[in-house]
Amino acid sequence: METTTKLTAKDFVTDQEVRWCPGCGDYSILKQVQTVMPELGIPREQIVFISGIGCSSRFPYYMETFGMHSIHGRATAIASGLKATRPDLSVWIVTGDGDSLSIGGNHLIHLLRRNFNVNVLLFNNEIYGLTKGQYSPASPLGKVAKSTPMGSIDHPFNPLALCLGADSTFVARSMDRDPVHLREILKRANAHNGTSMVEIYQNCNVFNDGAFEVFTEKGTKKINTLFVENGKPLVFGENADKGIKLDGFKPVVVNLADVSPNDLWIHDEKDQVKANILVRFFNTPADENPLPRPFGVFYTEDRFCYEDAMNAQIAEAIESKGKGDLDALIRGKNTWTI
Amino acid sequence: MSATTEIKKAVVILFAGDSGDGIQLTGSQFTTTAALYGNDISTFPNFPAEIRAPQGTIAGVSGYQLHFGSEEIFTAGDACDVLVVMNAAALKANIKQLKAGGVIIANTDGFDPKNLKLAKYPDGVNPLKDNSLEKFTVHEIDVTKITRTALADSGLGTKEMDRSKNMFVLGYIYWMYNRSIDNSIEFLKEQFKKRPELIDANVKVLKAGYNYGDTVETPMNRYEVKPAPVEKGTYRSIMGNQAAALGLIAASQKAGLTLFYGTYPITPASDILHELSKHKNFGVKTFQAEDEIAAITSSIGASFGGSLGVTASSGPGIALKGEAIGLALMLEIPLVIVNVQRGGPSTGLPTKTEQSDLLQAMYGRNGESPVPIVASYTPSDCFFGAYEACRLAIEFMTPVFFLSDGYIANGSEPWKFPTAAELPELKVSFAKNELKEGEHFLPYKRNEKLARQWAIPGTKGLEHRVGGIEKENETGNISYDPENHELMVKLRQAKVDKIADYIPLQTIDNGKEKGKLLILGWGSTYGSIKTAVREAIAEGYDVSHAQVKYLNPFPKNLGEILKSYDKVLIPEMNNGQLIKIIRDKYFIDAKGLNKIKGMPFSSEEIKNKIIELLK
Repeated sequence: METTTKLTAKDFVTDQEVRWCPGCGDYSILKQVQTVMPELGIPREQIVFISGIGCSSRFPYYMETFGMHSIHGRATAIASGLKATRPDLSVWIVTGDGDSLSIGGNHLIHLLRRNFNVNVLLFNNEIYGLTKGQYSPASPLGKVAKSTPMGSIDHPFNPLALCLGADSTFVARSMDRDPVHLREILKRANAHNGTSMVEIYQNCNVFNDGAFEVFTEKGTKKINTLFVENGKPLVFGENADKGIKLDGFKPVVVNLADVSPNDLWIHDEKDQVKANILVRFFNTPADENPLPRPFGVFYTEDRFCYEDAMNAQIAEAIESKGKGDLDALIRGKNTWTI
Repeated sequence: MSATTEIKKAVVILFAGDSGDGIQLTGSQFTTTAALYGNDISTFPNFPAEIRAPQGTIAGVSGYQLHFGSEEIFTAGDACDVLVVMNAAALKANIKQLKAGGVIIANTDGFDPKNLKLAKYPDGVNPLKDNSLEKFTVHEIDVTKITRTALADSGLGTKEMDRSKNMFVLGYIYWMYNRSIDNSIEFLKEQFKKRPELIDANVKVLKAGYNYGDTVETPMNRYEVKPAPVEKGTYRSIMGNQAAALGLIAASQKAGLTLFYGTYPITPASDILHELSKHKNFGVKTFQAEDEIAAITSSIGASFGGSLGVTASSGPGIALKGEAIGLALMLEIPLVIVNVQRGGPSTGLPTKTEQSDLLQAMYGRNGESPVPIVASYTPSDCFFGAYEACRLAIEFMTPVFFLSDGYIANGSEPWKFPTAAELPELKVSFAKNELKEGEHFLPYKRNEKLARQWAIPGTKGLEHRVGGIEKENETGNISYDPENHELMVKLRQAKVDKIADYIPLQTIDNGKEKGKLLILGWGSTYGSIKTAVREAIAEGYDVSHAQVKYLNPFPKNLGEILKSYDKVLIPEMNNGQLIKIIRDKYFIDAKGLNKIKGMPFSSEEIKNKIIELLK
């Protein structure tokens, strides 16, 4: 007889040897995903991981669920077709900055506007790892990489600004080095009804080591990052001593000693205008008057999902015309007999 | 004045006018009426790529040729008996198509100085006035003027009145061929149900056209084309793209699967999407993707989930799908790829027909990537071709190409349609969890057809991963082992080859089973070859005809058939593609007959070649 035993993280580990480079940020993300899965209460057979091509895209092989390691950039489109026909499944797309922002950029924006109820985990390491070290569309200007010995002259994407521009209904950012935060964001993504876009800063210790270290490492994290929570003021700094205030539409860094907490920007996940400003916090400490890099859920919106609308039209067609009769269809409206 | 009625066995009418003149509608209306009457019929619409090409110019001429008769009809006709022209450009573009002694019906308003200039007739030259048409019978009618007069009280503006001109012509042709206008009246009522004033206007003009024939004082013959002695049964009229759509729905229904159709609009394949999107009450899910790649990959996702994934396009779009076809082949999941071929390469001739994507279907991917190919040869056969492609995809867990082309996709013919019960069974059994304790699921274990199991998400215990990287035999795990790669390449090929055991043997369509000359055709050349071979046999030539529908793999007996004739001729609307495969596989010295003009073969072209080869 079948017993319903509670699953653990181990139940989501496959027999395949994990082959990322030692020290890769992907290990932590895999661990957090495997840890969160049992807490979601979804049977393993109902879960599908789909990936494209790149280091991150090996992910499905390591998840004891259904999975597909597809072709470069297309995981988003494959997931769209799967979700359109199987709304009952929990679908997770694993992609990288090259896979989703370069070769798969088109599918990404269309997935977001259609708002299929799937989750996108975008592992951003600002480099092409699998092809051994070329700059990516997320690499900063001037990046010296294998294909850019004199520095990149490509203006980079701001990935989440792009997603909001495509009318994404859930936009969040986390990092490989903060397991607690990442697990929380993964749960939020799963809970959202619609496409959940999660950008995860991930360190490629071989080809782009330290790309995000000012945001992820102890000594600099607190002064350079801002962790937002719904309904709470935007506060950061070494001793939580700084905040963000809006001067019109312009965000400014203030010392908490100088302002009343009531004057600070209060985070509201439903506010699209403010979310657009928030994702534009894109400075590095080297910039003049830098704004801290935000993490957390920036924006959520309730909007119908494509698959639901598709099914509603089918139900409506059946309601008005009756369930399809194959003989009547083949026969058509006009016939003649000889 | 009463006209005399002459009996005709078959007639070819070519309607031609500006692409905005409603020519396609006029032609298709006459087609439906002729079909309902019981004529055998074949049609060929020929329109410019631009929706509104420059008015009055040759580039903007839209044509609709229809061939109907009291005998069996296999093509839209080589040359026409009646040419209806709405303007000077339409005459100039099509006069070569008219038989000597043929009838021209000309809208004189379309021959004013402006139209003559647009059609690039020299200054002062009007073909209606200069006796250049004297070997034809010309009926000049000022259609524009009569239409406006008929609608003087309608309250419509001039522009709207002029849109009904085509109904006048249709009514007149109905009169000429003794046809009832009732079917078209019903059509107009349905078409304009939201604008009753347009129903009235169009019906009025349609009747005016019919009555014009009755009342006008010109010696004008009427013609009678009796019903064709076709096989007894119930018929409907069908176009190729429509038939393909119905075939896909039929396959999904018989298999008990949801049909998912991922596509991106492209001429001449879009009509399949339009048709399918009307039938949501069959649970059909049509998905207009953001591009050709998303169109196919979304279909792959649907198939992975246990639906019948189908994608369609034409040549350039198929080129974009190449990598994803390779993925489907590696995943070994069912997928049907429809290619409604058009003139290529690149954008080529979007609205013209060609058969130049056979080698693309056969070889157009990276790596060793065999894909089965089914090609339909008439509009109604697109139903069975699409159905068969679905059957092979499901039974063999493979992507399958279904090839059609612009000629049969837009052409129409009467169809003695089957009942659902007569269609071949399509059995689908998803993998079940029958694993014993400690056993692992083997996603790439094969059955007697060398097909793997379709193990869909939601099946407890069968969780597994698939992908485009080479996989270990049976387990499906990533494998870079040299021996394993060779084994897997051979297995995937063997699976496609195995299909030959599960398709019908090749038959001879017409002629002897051994002899001097075999015409081997594929796809839409069928009608022209059929007509040519029929005539040649009647004249005593030793010639036979076979049309191959299964192009990969070929039917098992094809080699034997080819070797039963002294000569083999392969006519193709390309620069020689099937001939390459045939020569490669069977080492025979087949001869080619190639036409690459965006137009189907005339039966005469094929017959002349037959006579030349048998001299």
